[in-house]
Amino acid sequence: MYILIIGCGKTGSYLANLLSKEEENVVVIDKDATSFEELSAEFTGFTVEGDATEIEVLKDAKLAKADSVVVTTDDDNVNAMIAQIASELYQVPKVLVRVLDPQKEVIYKELDVITMTPTSLLVDKFKDKIVRSV
Amino acid sequence: MEIIIVGGGKIVYFLAKNFLAKGYQVSVINKDQEYCINLAKKLNAVIIHGDGSKLDYLEQAGASRADAILALTDNDPDNLYICQLAQREFEIPKTFSVINNPDNEEIFKSLGVDTIFNTTKLISLLIEQRVETTDVNNLLSIEEGRLNLSQVILKEDSPVLGKRLKELHLPDEIVFGCVIRGEEVVIPKGSTKLLKNDKVLIITLPERQAEAFDVLTGGE
Repeated sequence: MYILIIGCGKTGSYLANLLSKEEENVVVIDKDATSFEELSAEFTGFTVEGDATEIEVLKDAKLAKADSVVVTTDDDNVNAMIAQIASELYQVPKVLVRVLDPQKEVIYKELDVITMTPTSLLVDKFKDKIVRSV
Repeated sequence: MEIIIVGGGKIVYFLAKNFLAKGYQVSVINKDQEYCINLAKKLNAVIIHGDGSKLDYLEQAGASRADAILALTDNDPDNLYICQLAQREFEIPKTFSVINNPDNEEIFKSLGVDTIFNTTKLISLLIEQRVETTDVNNLLSIEEGRLNLSQVILKEDSPVLGKRLKELHLPDEIVFGCVIRGEEVVIPKGSTKLLKNDKVLIITLPERQAEAFDVLTGGE
């Protein structure tokens, strides 16, 4: 499987390390090359330094060939643009995106994109624990 | 007419002023508080300090009844998000966006933005047309570049001076639009003679353009 990960922060790098360890074919894009230091010694994939909202960068990273694209930059609007390029314009079979601000989920309603919103997940869990423990 | 503008700078100020003068209702959304305070002093418009890519602020700006939205920030992903949110959540009928990276024109179009201002491309095109470093200018690309309208100024070393159009050896895919001679516009016929300083407008397929230029300028 060819997996493209965009944004090499904690989430992106951790996922890249895990997938690479499982011998998946992983490419990570980040606009800041120092973020690649988060990748472990076991990471055997490639890294691309560049702004993934520039279509040239995505083409360099072979977006058209990707089986999955995971979008985890720290900007929701950037994520929305990249996710739609991948899913709508390049028909990548599986597009996953991390959504920081729960308000920003609305844009994905009609799209074939899998969204994960850590804040909502966390809040739900917290709420559960609090209400149950009372 | 109700218009929402997201963005800042002098452009937004003058645009808003212009629209207000026409009797439109204008709302401006900007992230910078100081900018908003200043704008509110000068314009009789709704000025909202906030992130125009968020539902709440668009709602406050009257998105549910707006006729058009203009996304004029210097950040392309923000502009795209603003237009899509306006379209999908508020059904604003017309979306306009500036793009900063010229490559985004196609992407924005495919993802549903109605009208796109490709400022980088426009400026570079204008410069190419005005700075006459060359006697050949591309004036216009039609149908995403499948057809070009270009202008060639015939200099004294052009091999076609004094020749009639029908004597030129031009590929079939090239059409002579018109010849501008001083103030006069000449609609060319086979018998039209080409003179020094004529501005020749030609319509070509991009792949044959260079060939046409060579015939007209004598260049290789």
